[in-house]
Amino acid sequence: MINLKRTLLVLAVVILGANPICVLANEEAHAGEPSDKSKEIGEYIVHHLQDDHFFSLYKAGEETVGFPLPVILIDNGLKVFSSGEFKHGKAVVEKDGQFYKYYHGKIYKTDAAGTISYDDKHHPTNAKPLDFSITKNVFGLFLAAFLMFVGFLSLAKTYKKGPSNLPKGFGRVLEPLVLYVRDEMAIPNIGHRYKEFMPYLLSVFFLIFTLNILGLTPIGFNVTGNISITVCLALFTFVVTTIKANKDYWKHIFWMPGVPVPFKIILAPIEVLGMFTKPFSLMLRLFANITAGHSVIMGLIAIVYLFQTQLTVGGSVGISMLLTLVLFFLELLVAFLQAFIFTMLSSLFIGMAVEEHAHH
Amino acid sequence: MYNLIGAGLIVIGAGLGLGKIGGSAMEAIARQPEATNKIQTAMIIIGALLEGLAFGALILGK
Repeated sequence: MINLKRTLLVLAVVILGANPICVLANEEAHAGEPSDKSKEIGEYIVHHLQDDHFFSLYKAGEETVGFPLPVILIDNGLKVFSSGEFKHGKAVVEKDGQFYKYYHGKIYKTDAAGTISYDDKHHPTNAKPLDFSITKNVFGLFLAAFLMFVGFLSLAKTYKKGPSNLPKGFGRVLEPLVLYVRDEMAIPNIGHRYKEFMPYLLSVFFLIFTLNILGLTPIGFNVTGNISITVCLALFTFVVTTIKANKDYWKHIFWMPGVPVPFKIILAPIEVLGMFTKPFSLMLRLFANITAGHSVIMGLIAIVYLFQTQLTVGGSVGISMLLTLVLFFLELLVAFLQAFIFTMLSSLFIGMAVEEHAHH
Repeated sequence: MYNLIGAGLIVIGAGLGLGKIGGSAMEAIARQPEATNKIQTAMIIIGALLEGLAFGALILGK
């Protein structure tokens, strides 16, 4: 039984690991002019970093291999159809007399011929329907939620049996991480009220960690490198901090005790600004780190077919693989570090908000 | 072109900052090895704040 499980695991790793190689093999076969190559690489990286309605795994010739995801539009009623109907932007989809076209990752309303009009900056001016589709990123979030659910359910089950039970299987990995969040982040920063915030901190930590690790698999997720996701996560921290703040916190923002009055007037706007810059930096840090990591890894993989004439095939593959391997280890560290930093700073901000000051 | 020079300047600044943080942390750990964990945590937090600043500047400069 265990052997079967292991074999399946190894097989899955091999199959998933083969994907980028397939991509590269195809890119090599279709390599054109050298100047085209670097442009193509740039486009490919940008395309990977963006959200998409179609889950593409790799390219086989001109055909993209993957699976379509459901498109959900609210435009004079609910409209649900498969994103495969767009045929990667080549086809116009008609639903209840309204035509839709897929263009550069967004869905636009068009006429029957699918014309898209542009303004002078080459941005489409067509109207957009309200888009609630299950995109690649939403799919990634669902997958992360599912993985976390499975992992933590097994952990919770062992505690149900009795307090002295050791968690089995994957739960044994998760328990120290939970304790780490509690003992290293929550208790030192928040103090005796830490229990209220543990659910939030644990959710944020494990969500970011899972998504970062998923982003390193060749499936091609870039969820935490999407600014909308990080804005949302930072907003949660902002809301928790603002709602749970006690009157000492507000006093220290608007009318700091123990400071001369002229300074109070100068400091109050700065402190108010600080309320917003803290979640803003949280948002930017996670987004920029993950985006930078993904771009650099993809750029290093691109060495394979960028320097083939200078270094020969073996040389370029060797250098690329070596550099990518080293960077992947660094990114494993970054994946954990960013989850750690986000949770750490969140608990620090929450701790500032709920701290009871000695009265001056 | 100019934004590349700007990016270089940002990286120089961030590098100086990180070097200073790392150097001081090393000295502090050498002086008090029993406080290593606390010093490391503080170091990472300051490093993250600096990083947020640098990344913000890099993105705004782009």
